[in-house]
Amino acid sequence: MPVVWIPALLRPLTGGQARVQAAGATVQAVIVSLEAQYPGLQARLITDGQLRPELAVVVDGQTSPLKLRQPLTDASEVHFVIAMSGGAGP
Amino acid sequence: MTTADKPTEFKVLGSTPLRQDGVDKVTGRAQYGADIRLPGMLYGAVLRSPHAHARIKAIDTRAAEAYPGVRAVVTAQDLPELESKVADLGEGSMNLRYQSNNILARDKVLYFGHAVAAVAAVNAHAAEAAAALIQVEYEVLPPVLDVRQAMRPDAPILLAELRTDELGQKGEQPTNVAAHYLDEAGDLEQGFREADVVVEREFTTAMVHQGYIEPQNATALVTADGQVTIWCSTQGAFGVREQTAEILRLPVSKIRVIPMEIGGGFGGKIGVYLEPLAVLLSRKSGHRPVKLTMSRRDVLAATGPTSGSYIKVKMGANRAGQITAAQATLIYEAGAYPGSPVGSAMGVIFAPYRIPNARVEGYDVVVNKPRTAAYRAPGGTNAAFASETVVDELAEKLGLDPLAFRLQNGVQEGDRRVNGVAYKRIGLLEVLRAAQSSAHYQTPLAGPNRGRGVAAGYWGNYGGKSSASASVNADGTVSLQEGSVDIGGSRTALAMQLAETLGLPIEAVRAAVADTDAVGETEGTYGSRTTFATGWAVYEVGQQLKTQLCERAARLWNVAAEQVQYAAGVFTSGEQRLTFAELAAQLDRLGGPVVASAAVQPKTWGPGFAAHIVDVEVDPETGKVQVLRYTAVQDAGKAVYPNYVASQMQGGAAQGIGWALNEEYVYDAQGRLLNANWLDYRMLVTLDLPMLETVIVEVPNPGHPFGVRGVGEVPIVPPAAAVANALYRAVGVRMAELPMAPGRLVAALQARQG
Repeated sequence: MPVVWIPALLRPLTGGQARVQAAGATVQAVIVSLEAQYPGLQARLITDGQLRPELAVVVDGQTSPLKLRQPLTDASEVHFVIAMSGGAGP
Repeated sequence: MTTADKPTEFKVLGSTPLRQDGVDKVTGRAQYGADIRLPGMLYGAVLRSPHAHARIKAIDTRAAEAYPGVRAVVTAQDLPELESKVADLGEGSMNLRYQSNNILARDKVLYFGHAVAAVAAVNAHAAEAAAALIQVEYEVLPPVLDVRQAMRPDAPILLAELRTDELGQKGEQPTNVAAHYLDEAGDLEQGFREADVVVEREFTTAMVHQGYIEPQNATALVTADGQVTIWCSTQGAFGVREQTAEILRLPVSKIRVIPMEIGGGFGGKIGVYLEPLAVLLSRKSGHRPVKLTMSRRDVLAATGPTSGSYIKVKMGANRAGQITAAQATLIYEAGAYPGSPVGSAMGVIFAPYRIPNARVEGYDVVVNKPRTAAYRAPGGTNAAFASETVVDELAEKLGLDPLAFRLQNGVQEGDRRVNGVAYKRIGLLEVLRAAQSSAHYQTPLAGPNRGRGVAAGYWGNYGGKSSASASVNADGTVSLQEGSVDIGGSRTALAMQLAETLGLPIEAVRAAVADTDAVGETEGTYGSRTTFATGWAVYEVGQQLKTQLCERAARLWNVAAEQVQYAAGVFTSGEQRLTFAELAAQLDRLGGPVVASAAVQPKTWGPGFAAHIVDVEVDPETGKVQVLRYTAVQDAGKAVYPNYVASQMQGGAAQGIGWALNEEYVYDAQGRLLNANWLDYRMLVTLDLPMLETVIVEVPNPGHPFGVRGVGEVPIVPPAAAVANALYRAVGVRMAELPMAPGRLVAALQARQG
């Protein structure tokens, strides 16, 4: 199951956990799974059906241009990070 | 130059051919936006606010409209009123309603120089005279110019609707704090408990401008059928098209943007200022072309500088030399509208180091200054000035060599950043070792009031969308059309990558920058992405051309395509042999033209790291700082055109040294910019600097066909900190404010002496 690193500002919603597991074959599916476990998370990550513009999603160390549609594996590590100028994450 | 990992043999990459834009530029034939002359062309002028903060109560344009020669006058009433919508502008996102209000103020002016109205007339003099006749009734409001003052509860509010956003959770009260961000790792308190040495300091930096030599300009023609053509100076033609379409509510297909040669941008020519105005004026003046050109005063007062900032840093290390904890608060000026690069600054601030326990928070704060824009590694110079000064002090307190301390704590593949993301293959350690062994660092510095400083820096770089196409000519050459505006020599670097892919000499490939109707969508030249991403598109084009040409050779030789091999510019199949040029000459008889195009959006860009070394000498009486020697060391991945890479390193260093020692926006208490010219806004010139030495380290990026990393931005990250650290070793004072101008340095020396 993918491991999701929770942004520090959202950790109050996960009881302080910085890393949680969430099922899903895409980033979008993982967020849906997170929402079921930790209500309120989805609205903090997604706006108007898109990843919030100030965020980048980094999967296995690489910022994904596909964002919510990025496919995941069970071993994937997912980060939601503040987007750097130029759109970069790491 | 030093090379790590497995070196790859290239024939074209790594060489320094004649640059393809060189002859036109040195002979004055290159066409810039100001060179545009069209039949019936009108000239525009923009009326700007004399106030930093005021409500617009009324605008009377009648006298301007009646002025002889005037063909159109526009105000914000001519712009569609837009809903809030955030658009990705590449080096930062922006709310399009704010962008529209920045182009022409609607209900309030928010900074000195904010555009209020524009005029088109038969000549520039008539346009300027008419603009001066526009009557604007203002209700002047108190300005707020400092981020910490702007955060106070009693501060004047710039944007009534603004609420602090914390990843989707909005505050309830009106505020100037647009956003609050936070990254945390480990246990900060425990980390500081484990520290034997702790350093805590506060820093401030002034707002500075990119300082490109060519002012913004735009010419637009709207024909009677609604087709729009824009000629302009931009880092990204497609970005101009998208922004203009959004702001004017036009379909993108109605707009063609022709990027002219560009005299520098450094991030400041991504957002639009004049283009929508030129379109409005052309449409309103009866479909005449309209040209707008900024003065230097306009550029400095009203186009995006980068943020001034307040930064507080606390770091701790143990006696073994390990950093145990780090904490930073970064407060960045956004200017008049939200969107400072504080998020990027948070990414930069502790990036070179393995820090188990850390907390980094950032605030994006609006103030009555121009809306900030990207500037080369946006936010990074301020952040590194703060953190690298503290790192230097930690090393000093521990009695360690500053480069050895950085090397001991430096990140490598697998180490995690404060936000948790693990690095892929990076080259920081190689860079630090190259700095240690450089001729500069190995040469002792002696003499009174002299000191040597070092600093490290990081920039994430970027990928993005890029497109290119190419056709094979009958004389055996290849014409390349690519979508990236060429600022630092990229068309030659792209032609080199196509030549390398095709096994041809660089002289056989000619590159041209295409307009928005002539090539697939391509993001702007920013994010240190062009040689990486557009280079990848060019590589894909080359692969397709090879495949098609092998098929043509197979047709000629009546064999299967799989039986044709291609290497080093020669097609072979058994005993048969044709050079690229010989096959190209026969294409008409083998199926006609061979063309290919490719579009990419790669995600495997590699971060860049740099380490800079500087020797300075201080005149303690005047505070003048002389840079005696400077060396920039940087991982470039594969250096496609080493002289260009070195130029980027030198350019970034020069800008960073100017930022460190001289540059700043000076406002009076009413928020009027006092130094909107290049006599009073002091930029460095070549006479101020020695030859800037460069050491290119090549740690190939495994995520690119040729190992390319971006190189343009990271060299501006370390200079301010390196200079500050050198000043400390020269005269014993830790400078905490940029610029470290003579007056501030003398004051600091006097304060130390009591």
